[in-house]
Amino acid sequence: MSTIRNVFVKEVTDNFRDRRTLLSALLMGPLFGPILFAFVINLSVKQSLSDASEPLDLPIIGSEHAPNLITYLESNNINIVDGPATREEAIDGVSNGDHDVVVVIPESFGEDLAEMIPATVEVITDQANTQAERETRRATRALREYGQQIAMMRLTLRGVSPMVMRPLNVDEVDVSTPSGRSAILLGMLSYFFIFALLTGGMNLAIDATAGERERGSLEPLLCLPVKRDHLIFGKIMAACLFMAISLSLSLICFHFTLKFMPLQELGMTPNFGPLVVLTAFLLLVPFALVGASLMTLVASFTKSFKEAQTWVSVVLLAPTMPILVVSILMVRPSTALMFVPSLSQHLLLVGLIKNEPLNMMHVAVSVGGTLIIGGLLTWICARLYRREGLLG
Amino acid sequence: MIRVEDLHKSFGEVKAVQGISFEADNGKITGLLGPNGAGKSTTLRVLYTVLKPDSGSATIDGVDVVTDSLAARARIGTLPHGSGLYPHLTARENIAYYAKLYDMPGEAIDDAVQKVIDQLDINDFADRRTKGFSQGQRTKVSLARSLVHGPQNVILDEPSNGLDVMATRSLRELIRQLKRAGKCVLFSSHVMQEVAALCDEIVIIAEGRVALHDTAEGIRNATGCDDLEDAFVKAIAMVEPAS
Repeated sequence: MSTIRNVFVKEVTDNFRDRRTLLSALLMGPLFGPILFAFVINLSVKQSLSDASEPLDLPIIGSEHAPNLITYLESNNINIVDGPATREEAIDGVSNGDHDVVVVIPESFGEDLAEMIPATVEVITDQANTQAERETRRATRALREYGQQIAMMRLTLRGVSPMVMRPLNVDEVDVSTPSGRSAILLGMLSYFFIFALLTGGMNLAIDATAGERERGSLEPLLCLPVKRDHLIFGKIMAACLFMAISLSLSLICFHFTLKFMPLQELGMTPNFGPLVVLTAFLLLVPFALVGASLMTLVASFTKSFKEAQTWVSVVLLAPTMPILVVSILMVRPSTALMFVPSLSQHLLLVGLIKNEPLNMMHVAVSVGGTLIIGGLLTWICARLYRREGLLG
Repeated sequence: MIRVEDLHKSFGEVKAVQGISFEADNGKITGLLGPNGAGKSTTLRVLYTVLKPDSGSATIDGVDVVTDSLAARARIGTLPHGSGLYPHLTARENIAYYAKLYDMPGEAIDDAVQKVIDQLDINDFADRRTKGFSQGQRTKVSLARSLVHGPQNVILDEPSNGLDVMATRSLRELIRQLKRAGKCVLFSSHVMQEVAALCDEIVIIAEGRVALHDTAEGIRNATGCDDLEDAFVKAIAMVEPAS
């Protein structure tokens, strides 16, 4: 037991002095998630809000041919601005990106309208330009609505109810609660947390195995009168500690950054108070044993620090797989799924954020199953350390 | 005391050690001498229990290295070839870490570490982190940590590799000190002069076998060469290539 403690203490001291480990454990892991998340949220809020509230600047050629249409567009928060003079110039301007969208009203517009021939309005746009897509959609929608108004007026003039144009009334009823809506986006969170947890212990796991071998400090260590199992247990526990630190920093970081994100404007009220942070930590932290032992196992097979880094990075991606599959298939949590590490943590965390009551059976299976798998991987590591080929 | 009997060890097709036997007594310095790839390191690695022999046996103070490897390891201090230190720890911390893993009682550790630091004369850099240490400084610290528990048997694998003249001299002095203290010192080298200058007994190894085991004087007589280097070359030639 004292060997495990001594190795643990040494690895922790050693790695607290290693800038690389500190950077990944205390900075990279915890900050990567919140920053990326804040970026995505702000972007999508901007997108959804800009639709109606921001005025759209729309160049129109031949606006003098359709004064009523122009009035309608202006009342719909669209500013008519000066654009290219001719249709040819407009096509050039759009294709080389000077304009996102240009509307062309031909001379015959008023005449056609009066004679009830469908009057042509051209919307010049570049489908390949994703930025122009939203503006084009808004311009086309406004034009279509204007056309519908005219159609209704024409029907009314002829004594026909405009209702004949609307045989169906489709009404969507959204039953999601605000916390439920946020869960879709916040479901991404569980991966950020698992990512932070894994990056926290990554350097230590590599340093304690491949790094130790590369430095030549492994062989003298194995000459000491200690059990190799105890050496590896101490190392794995030290990696677990760094993972737990990184995880808790990441959770705390999210707790504060979520307050500054405009989630209410997206109709979300994330449930991420101090109690949720604590519960999330307790739900996620058993995964550290799986992560630490898996990384140690992978790093033990490699010959150098660099090679270990390459392979251990794969371990960073592994936990995404079950989360991804489940997100696509929209699987409901079940007891059987709770045996899968990373997946069970993801499902429990999503439930937690949705403000659903914790299913204690699920929690027990998740924690127990994850710890058993982590223990199994640790045991395999210990077996590996008993081989003499370990020194390479 | 270290005793090796008819040791065999192969790595796949390569027969590294093919029946090596010798004894290294307390209060004596025994040198394993041989060209590169002769099987010196493999023999020593079996002795400090990192490798398991295919057949034959080895004992440290009568403790078998295979059946009771933990007890055997407790009786030796080892300097494996190319030993590395922990760059983020100071020299003192590196030594103390090993003292703890040797399971020395907590209150005795500080004194034992200071004693070995004095013994190896490394006070000047004892409290600096070992990152950037010279080869000589690194070897001294590695040696200090393997001697911190005062082992009866000391096994050194090519300890003078990469050391300058001054560092080599102080290493020799230390090895003589250990001998005077009645320890059993076993070390390997491929440098004839070094072995001749230091050793009471020389075991010349070639092709995984013992070519000669004698004192420096005895080897000169057996080979009929006055010059030890010539004697070394002749002794190696006595072992016929395996195939």
